[in-house]
Amino acid sequence: MLHLPLVLPPVALGYLLLVIFGTRAPVGAWLLDHFGIRFVFSWTGAALASGLITFPFQVRAIRSAVESIDPGLRAAAETLGAGWMDRLVNLTLPLALPGIVAGAITAFAASLGEFGAIITFVSNIPGETRTLPLAIYAALQAPGGEIEAARLSALSIILALVGLTLAEFVGRRSRLIGGR
Amino acid sequence: MNVEVAFRHDYAKFRLDIAFCAQGHGVTALFGPSGAGKTTILNAVAGLLRPDEGRISIDGRVVFDRAAGIWLPPGQRRIGYVFQDGRLFPHMSVVANLRFGWRRAPKRVPESEVARVIEMLRLTALLDRKPANLSGGEKGRVALGRALLANPDVLLLDEPLAALDAERRNEIIPYLERLRDERRVPMIYVSHSLDEISRLANDIVVLKDGKVAAAGSVFDVLTDLRLPDFAGGSPYGAVLETRIARHAEGLTVLAFPGGELIVPRLAQAVGTRLRTHVRAEDIMLAREAPRLISANNVLPVTISAIRMTSSSHVDVRLLCGPSAFVARITRSSCDRLSLTEGMDVFAIVKSVTVVPQIDPPAAEA
Repeated sequence: MLHLPLVLPPVALGYLLLVIFGTRAPVGAWLLDHFGIRFVFSWTGAALASGLITFPFQVRAIRSAVESIDPGLRAAAETLGAGWMDRLVNLTLPLALPGIVAGAITAFAASLGEFGAIITFVSNIPGETRTLPLAIYAALQAPGGEIEAARLSALSIILALVGLTLAEFVGRRSRLIGGR
Repeated sequence: MNVEVAFRHDYAKFRLDIAFCAQGHGVTALFGPSGAGKTTILNAVAGLLRPDEGRISIDGRVVFDRAAGIWLPPGQRRIGYVFQDGRLFPHMSVVANLRFGWRRAPKRVPESEVARVIEMLRLTALLDRKPANLSGGEKGRVALGRALLANPDVLLLDEPLAALDAERRNEIIPYLERLRDERRVPMIYVSHSLDEISRLANDIVVLKDGKVAAAGSVFDVLTDLRLPDFAGGSPYGAVLETRIARHAEGLTVLAFPGGELIVPRLAQAVGTRLRTHVRAEDIMLAREAPRLISANNVLPVTISAIRMTSSSHVDVRLLCGPSAFVARITRSSCDRLSLTEGMDVFAIVKSVTVVPQIDPPAAEA
């Protein structure tokens, strides 16, 4: 179930979001009436869609970070009088933190490339919901936009590389500290 | 402060059925080959394993009783567990590791005691370091300190020296000896090394195939002629609690319950207590007291047991007052001397073969 967003077509996810959070849909109408929150056609909607699409990255990162902690350390903390909440706060989370951060960076870098869910859910509004891929797509649609598209593509490649390198660096640190 | 352990636990292909009592203050060694269930016993005492049946009590407090439905989690058992692999928290400094159990103890040891333990284990210079920057021996000392500062009622030590080389081992043994002699915390010490056990333990529980094969004082069990059946190899020989009685020209006289042993001159002062190992292969037997012999020790002894160990060897258990020795001789010698149980004979021990167990001087800093 957690990996559903990985296999689901992003356009379908965007459509589902529209059905749930549209201003006339039950959840969307309720949020708008009571809190004044509107996801459709706003950058918050783009963030929500990106977050959902990259959710599996996060879950995987957290799970593997927690699983890579030597269970013997938890047993040792237990014999020293630490209860489960104590162990979570003082042992598991600090040891898993670098892995969680690395996962977040990877997820963020990946979310910068999200296209289908965003264009379906929040459309392509300049200055509001136009993400990098949407801008590249829009540039290609306009006459003489190839140079603009190339510039934006280069930027997105650089961002992706920086994200991956950063995640790798943080992840390696986590293996150094928490490794078995 | 006794620790009473009696439980049964079934694994897929292995049954552990154990009962023993670790007496008062002192070291009870659990000895046996790997896979005999030694660590499982510590885990059961610590509460990291819930046995199928049985009862475990620490200093009169029942921490586990299957029939009565009692089970205390590890944190409430007041145990200090020194794991084989140390298990220091890698993201904390040495001092944070040391204080981890201390901070959570229901009754904290006073700051003066914290300072004393840190000094005894010589950790002062290491307090701000991370475990990754410690040597094996240093990690062992921190793990020991962390367990001690939790103010435990019993200290569980799982082969704390196994991962260390001989030099590091000699670095830690004196601390364990001081703990045994100065503190009143009982220790259950898992080891597969009879050398470690002979130095440290007061009592020994020998495990084989998930059962207690022998148990008793270290002096009795190490001279039990059945020991090679459990431990493999040849008999370990006698371990004696000796005291330096006097020094003579180039020689030192060690007194043990029932007699004296003469050894090459030792540096320690008169009155120093040390354990002494006399190997089974280093004892000769004679029906009559020999005259004009180079060996310094001729002890009048009584044969208490004889055991044929193979077609060529015979092990003989000898009593000198309350102290027991073991001699390994050939079967033909045994036949030639017509040795029988109950016979009075003489045990001849060359001074240079006796091994007093002395701390390396560097340990006392």
